[in-house]
Amino acid sequence: MADADIIPIGTRGRPGRGSGSQKPSASARNLAGAAKKSTPRKPAKSAEPEPAKKTAEKTAGKPVDERVEPTGPEIPEAASETASGAPAVEIPVAAQAKPAESHAEQFVHAAAEVASHAAARTSRLLRAPTRTDHRHPTAGIPAIDWLAAFTSASKEIFGENWEPRLAEFLAFLRRRVTGDYVVDEYGLDREIAHHFMLAALRPIAEKWFRVEERGIENIPTDGGALVVSNHSGTVPVDGLMTALSIHDKTGRYLRPLGADLVFKLPIVSELARKGGATLACSEDAERMLAGGELVGVWPEGFKGIGKPYSERYKLQRFGRGGFVSSAMRAGVPIIPTSVVGAEEIYPLVGNIPSLARLLGVPYIPITPLFPWLGPLGLFPLPSKWLIEFGEPIRTDDYDEGSADDPMLVFNVTDQVRETIQQTLYSLLMQRKSVFS
Amino acid sequence: MGRVVLVTGVSRDLGRRFARQLAESPGVDRVIGVDVTPPRGDMGKVSFVRADIRNPVIAKVIVREHVDTVVHMSVIASTGGPGGRAALKELNVIGTMQLLAACQQAPDLEHLVIKSSTAVYGASHRDPAMFTEGMNATRTPTSGYSKQVAEVEGYVRGFARRRPDVRVTTLRMASIVGPVITTPMTTYFKLPVIPTVIGFNPRMQFLHEHDALGSLEHATLNDVPGTFNIAGDGIIMMSQAVRRIGRPGLPMPAFAVSTIGSTMRQARMADFSREQVAYLTYGRGVDTTLMRTRFGYEPRFTTAEAFADFGASITPGVIGVDRVRHAEEIIAGALGGSRG
Repeated sequence: MADADIIPIGTRGRPGRGSGSQKPSASARNLAGAAKKSTPRKPAKSAEPEPAKKTAEKTAGKPVDERVEPTGPEIPEAASETASGAPAVEIPVAAQAKPAESHAEQFVHAAAEVASHAAARTSRLLRAPTRTDHRHPTAGIPAIDWLAAFTSASKEIFGENWEPRLAEFLAFLRRRVTGDYVVDEYGLDREIAHHFMLAALRPIAEKWFRVEERGIENIPTDGGALVVSNHSGTVPVDGLMTALSIHDKTGRYLRPLGADLVFKLPIVSELARKGGATLACSEDAERMLAGGELVGVWPEGFKGIGKPYSERYKLQRFGRGGFVSSAMRAGVPIIPTSVVGAEEIYPLVGNIPSLARLLGVPYIPITPLFPWLGPLGLFPLPSKWLIEFGEPIRTDDYDEGSADDPMLVFNVTDQVRETIQQTLYSLLMQRKSVFS
Repeated sequence: MGRVVLVTGVSRDLGRRFARQLAESPGVDRVIGVDVTPPRGDMGKVSFVRADIRNPVIAKVIVREHVDTVVHMSVIASTGGPGGRAALKELNVIGTMQLLAACQQAPDLEHLVIKSSTAVYGASHRDPAMFTEGMNATRTPTSGYSKQVAEVEGYVRGFARRRPDVRVTTLRMASIVGPVITTPMTTYFKLPVIPTVIGFNPRMQFLHEHDALGSLEHATLNDVPGTFNIAGDGIIMMSQAVRRIGRPGLPMPAFAVSTIGSTMRQARMADFSREQVAYLTYGRGVDTTLMRTRFGYEPRFTTAEAFADFGASITPGVIGVDRVRHAEEIIAGALGGSRG
């Protein structure tokens, strides 16, 4: 052990460690309780570049060149802590300064140097006592650990193959932030509809309502078609569930036709447009159908979703049959669709017509849970859902101009209505109880 | 003998450029530019006549110069200078009336081209997704630019009935954007923070200034009577537009947007009136099938491209594409590099 390293023992004689210096040790200071505060860090830091610049301005005798500014932040941090504590710094600096710009730059460096010396001096004198925030748990975690944590978190979220998927996710975020995505002329944003809206609805459909579809083969795989369905449930959840079922089973987006109220309400209108809805008017319906879209319409409208629970599964009037004319003009099939289960999610037992009129909405729902339980009342009851897509009713073999024949339109409307009503009854027979 | 074209509204940038462009085209003999104030830029071969279209002098100019084509470009959304809403209405409505009255007396007149606007369709929550030329505004506008445009078009239809020998082409143009032009829409998107209506994301269509000039020239030189929507293909949402130019949007209630709009009008920063707030709330889309089939014009820029060209001409906002891409690289690099 002749040439063994000399292992230092103790504190190498630093003051305050029982080495006979005038200052007590750190532990002793801690025991003494709250000491007087040192100069506050934050304000000093922000104020720091100013005095240096100001002196430069003063001595240069003209506005400081732009190039001087970036040198401000280069001043070591130590200077910042004592900028106010060392007023002597400014005097030698002012004496040294020359009017030339390059000198101004040099002299800022010089100022920084002097300041840092002063800082070292004063920090030795005014050493800040240890405070509790030094013992804060996050203070001790180095950046590399944070990174490791993020990495394992992304592994957790994106699975084993996380790197490409994370890159994909970041690219997705970038596209959204920079607006680099495409919407169709009605405002359907496929990215949002696919990744967020339908994804959010899926667990509700599968776990809460346990939606079962029948006759999904009646939905054509391409070309225009008009899905006509009954409407119920106080809140138009049935439309969302139908759209989800169709998307999951056939990959097609159902384009709902919504009442004008939908497009008047803030947020709702934005979501509706992004989800692919448009206004229920013959122009839009015909345009969409002619464009080969799968269009969904709920001809009962507010009469359907706002009907009392006692009238459940009784179809209301089917409007003026405008949807039939639109389908006939476009020559697309009508798919009568029956939804069982939506009636029970928010059983509407009361209404406040006067308040509804005042607010300009079709009805104010009162259900067994709403508004009594407040936001809790917004939870739908977990009824069992059945959705049956009926056989398509063809409209392409009618003569030209039959869309304007009211008798024919009424007949077809009635046929669609009857089909949906009969299917509703048979579905209700098949369902064992409301909740199973 | 070539054509003699009279262009109104040449003191404005679009009118001046159109007059110059038209003067260069081979089928045109003379282009006479008319406005109250002289144009600021180079007029090229265009001869400028300082006259007010609200004054009978214009009739004398039309008759004396044997004008066979009148291109009316003085229906404008904002004066961009002194004068309030009343002055604007005076210029748009009374000016068109007087001009048409002058045209009616002109024996040599064969063509009339009106630069109108899709603002004639208004904007409301009951609007169909895409307006075709045959549709009217869902709610008849009661004030503002939309109403003025509707009235102007009414006069033009009346003129067409009285002078069936004159070919009348009305071009309903979507909001014009581009690197040079200044319109209420471009000043709006040049704001450092863009006030938007909370909870609404209107669909918008744009027309590039190149296509605005191109379609006007096409209408002037070809025999295509009728009313046509002129707009770039596709739509973009307000949120997209705001993000593409990298400026922060500031959602606020509609009434606050109009308050800010009138404040800014007083400060001459931007001008968005009530019907523009309606547009910023509900948006508007127009169908351009007729533009391709019957009118026969193919715009060079889609809505997105037109807006991108406009966006490239202004200083990008704080959330510019480059910065976002840079941030993405940093994050991906940091997370990717920490592995192992």
